[in-house]
Amino acid sequence: MSAEAPLFGLVLAGGASTRMQRDKAAIEYHGQSQLHWTFHLLSHVCAATFVSVRPDQREEPTRAGLPQIVDRQPGIGPIAGITAALQAHPKAAWLVVACDLPFLNEQTLRHLIEHRDPHKLATAYKSSHDGLPEPLCAIWEPAAREPLLAYLAAGKQCPRKFLINADTLLLDLPDARALDNVNTADEYRATVTELGAPSTPSHAGHGDHHPSSPSQSGTDQSINTAALKAEAGSTDSKPRTLRIQYYAILREQAGRSEETLDTTAATPAELYDELSRRHPFQLAAAQLKVALNSEFSDWHTPLRHGDTVVFIPPVAGG
Amino acid sequence: MKPFSFSTTALTLDTYRQELADPAAGGYASFEGWVRNHNEGHAVTRLEYEAFEALANKEGERIVNEAIARFGVLKAACVHRVGSLEIGDVAVWVGVSSRHRAEAFAACRYIIDEVKHRVPIWKKEHYINGDSGWVNCERCAVPGHDHAHEHPHAHDHK
Repeated sequence: MSAEAPLFGLVLAGGASTRMQRDKAAIEYHGQSQLHWTFHLLSHVCAATFVSVRPDQREEPTRAGLPQIVDRQPGIGPIAGITAALQAHPKAAWLVVACDLPFLNEQTLRHLIEHRDPHKLATAYKSSHDGLPEPLCAIWEPAAREPLLAYLAAGKQCPRKFLINADTLLLDLPDARALDNVNTADEYRATVTELGAPSTPSHAGHGDHHPSSPSQSGTDQSINTAALKAEAGSTDSKPRTLRIQYYAILREQAGRSEETLDTTAATPAELYDELSRRHPFQLAAAQLKVALNSEFSDWHTPLRHGDTVVFIPPVAGG
Repeated sequence: MKPFSFSTTALTLDTYRQELADPAAGGYASFEGWVRNHNEGHAVTRLEYEAFEALANKEGERIVNEAIARFGVLKAACVHRVGSLEIGDVAVWVGVSSRHRAEAFAACRYIIDEVKHRVPIWKKEHYINGDSGWVNCERCAVPGHDHAHEHPHAHDHK
């Protein structure tokens, strides 16, 4: 079992986008909204992924339908979303990413995760512009929650200044442009030109400073497919986030006590099938019972987003 | 006391017994499951019990309440150990107080049988040769095999 806290993803999409004069989360650079594009990017590298929203944004069409974490103190900027996430799942570390980073790529996220130091309060990139921490593409550890709450209580709201003064591991960006953001309509037009037509995920034809390589087009393609499936409205193909807890022999074979999974498995039977491909389970489903949310369940009960699932090996009390 | 609970430390049998005292009771029957030094021909050095406590507490309480209703006894309870146990340790206690002895014995038997069969508790045996195994999950892992009750060699404390 790992001593590290599990890594959850948080897409920050609560901003007012005042300079852009339109919702940055809904803008498309990669053939889908920046919110969905960033969400799927994070889903590839995190155990579970959520979207940070203000209370008044919950039903907004771009944001509705994605797992949400609602700000508890709206109006104070991104620090509200980060704090709400750390409070909602206090045992998880959070890979926090803003939705206005069209040059971001999976390599940049994986580099951050590989170099993460869970004993720090955060692992962040140094800005390629000023060398200061980039709080909106950073891993925030569970231990950051209390200091963040104290920081807010002291009336401070700048997550960057928080990281400057906190025990933060700072990494150099492997790709200097990966975190360039887009705040104004002029920057948007320049970015669209650079990345190609909004409906085309291909990034070919750019200089070697560009974050995307031809091999990544495939990744974008698969992200698009997942998003299209998710948006097609079919309940069965829509990924839901489940928590799976393991006991006894299954805990040992899975090498963990629990995990969080985004899955399209619609029933416990389908879920066990999927998990059996990822873990060396030897017990057949017929030997197990299943519990949903701490009550015995049927193998064909539809799974719902947020369910906790336990597979029960043959018992031996007494 | 709670109808069903877990303990991470040695069971305090006398206090449990006193909790079941009742002026209307004509007797008390109890069962203690002990850790024995062998199972299925293997020398056992110690055991570890693990439970899915959120569900186990609910299912255990259901079993005790069923026994009270079915046999008309006055009070009943069960406490199960979790964690690492040595040979001779008490792994589980069941106690029943009732007006007459017949229903006390019957309720006690019912509770221990149902607990072994239904409550999500697992037992890992450590053997003298250094091996270990989850009882009913490994050496007897036959798909569709109904594990606890019909097992003549299940880890029974008789």
